[in-house]
Amino acid sequence: MTPQPPPPLGLLAELTHRCPLRCPYCSNPVELSRASAELDAATWGRVFREAAALGVLQLHLSGGEPAARRDLPEIVAHAAEAGLYSNLITSGVLLDAERLSALAAAGLDHVQLSVQDAEAQSADRIGGMQGGHARKLRFAEHVHAAGLPLTLNAVVHRQNLDRLPELIELALTLGAGRLEVAHVQYYGWALRNRDALLPSRAQLDAATEAVIQARAAHQGRLVIDYVVPDYHAKRPKACMGGWGRSFIAVSPAGRALPCHAAESLPGFDFPNVRDRSLADIWLHSEAFQRYRGTDWMPEPCRSCDRREQDWGGCRCQAFALTGDAANTDPACAHSPHHHLLDLAVQEAAVAGTDFIYREIKRPAVAEG
Amino acid sequence: MTPIGPATIPRFARGMRLREDQARSRWVVVGPERLFVPDEIALEILRLMDGTRSVDAIVDDLASRFDAPREAIANDVLALLRDLATKGVVTS
Repeated sequence: MTPQPPPPLGLLAELTHRCPLRCPYCSNPVELSRASAELDAATWGRVFREAAALGVLQLHLSGGEPAARRDLPEIVAHAAEAGLYSNLITSGVLLDAERLSALAAAGLDHVQLSVQDAEAQSADRIGGMQGGHARKLRFAEHVHAAGLPLTLNAVVHRQNLDRLPELIELALTLGAGRLEVAHVQYYGWALRNRDALLPSRAQLDAATEAVIQARAAHQGRLVIDYVVPDYHAKRPKACMGGWGRSFIAVSPAGRALPCHAAESLPGFDFPNVRDRSLADIWLHSEAFQRYRGTDWMPEPCRSCDRREQDWGGCRCQAFALTGDAANTDPACAHSPHHHLLDLAVQEAAVAGTDFIYREIKRPAVAEG
Repeated sequence: MTPIGPATIPRFARGMRLREDQARSRWVVVGPERLFVPDEIALEILRLMDGTRSVDAIVDDLASRFDAPREAIANDVLALLRDLATKGVVTS
């Protein structure tokens, strides 16, 4: 019998896939949900209450761009009533001072603002939105004025990593208490754009050094979260802290996922929060059980003494690179597929910089 | 940043909240993407951190309730708060 899993700590609520930005590394699935399929605010409220009862403490309101929903204040109020710590993960381009203060009044705890670069022209090109960067800077001022704590999230890759020192300066200028330097993770949209995004080893080493120096220089003022990216790592990340161990994502259409990218995995019937309670999904659904714990593991994970530290790494990356989600994450040096990562880095080094931008597919006209 | 001393009035940094975690029968400090689980002594200290008490006042309160030399308590309190300040949990 499988032992009872620990209660989940975090819930990622992807409120919508709509977004005015078109970032070529978007973590949303390549098949995006349409607005008509989105859960309504009352259903999110029920999900939040179920999550809190189950042990969730932290709620991430994300998307797409969550502010594309007009009922966002109502959703935030539901989170506050449920007693969850709410973090708004936003591009900042749709929220003016008035809408933001409505969110603060509804009980929002924290804002995480993404930027695409430190330099406007490049940032607007990467995000695929003219004037987007300037709007983000104005939004950060609104966050400050509303008295909300701010994290700046900088997604980094080959085309902006050299400006990491400027991104750190930007975080300080905007009054962020925390900077998350997030290397692109390569599945979904980002995998399609991998050749244009993978950084070189030299770039990565310079960035790591910049983070070490900045952490010392700004200790107590700016916390910098930074993790070495998989393609240059020897050990995989404990993706999501292990499958079905501490985290639940819910897609705009209500599908509950052990990881927000898991919809890219074939052969799953992910449970929907419209049909089942979150507790039932967490404890009993096949999807959350499949890679939970260590029983599912192949070698070299099965006999590895780190199997309960990294939990086999990322299932989505294993599938994307080896074709089998149950394989050891190729980010691990013990994986028989580890050489694929070096190959990708070599290929990217001689590749161009053009992007395939994220887009919501138009419905097919002559279907069926 | 000024280091935390006896006269400092410490408080939680913006976005940090001390709350009960009923599902796991404990108290935690939650923040953005972060979670701190204070031990029993740290929890006593954090509960006294209300934005009006100074470090000295917190130490006085603890010294009146626990059987330990005031100086030892003061050292523990300062060490904890300084550590939490470098982690961005506590501010002065």
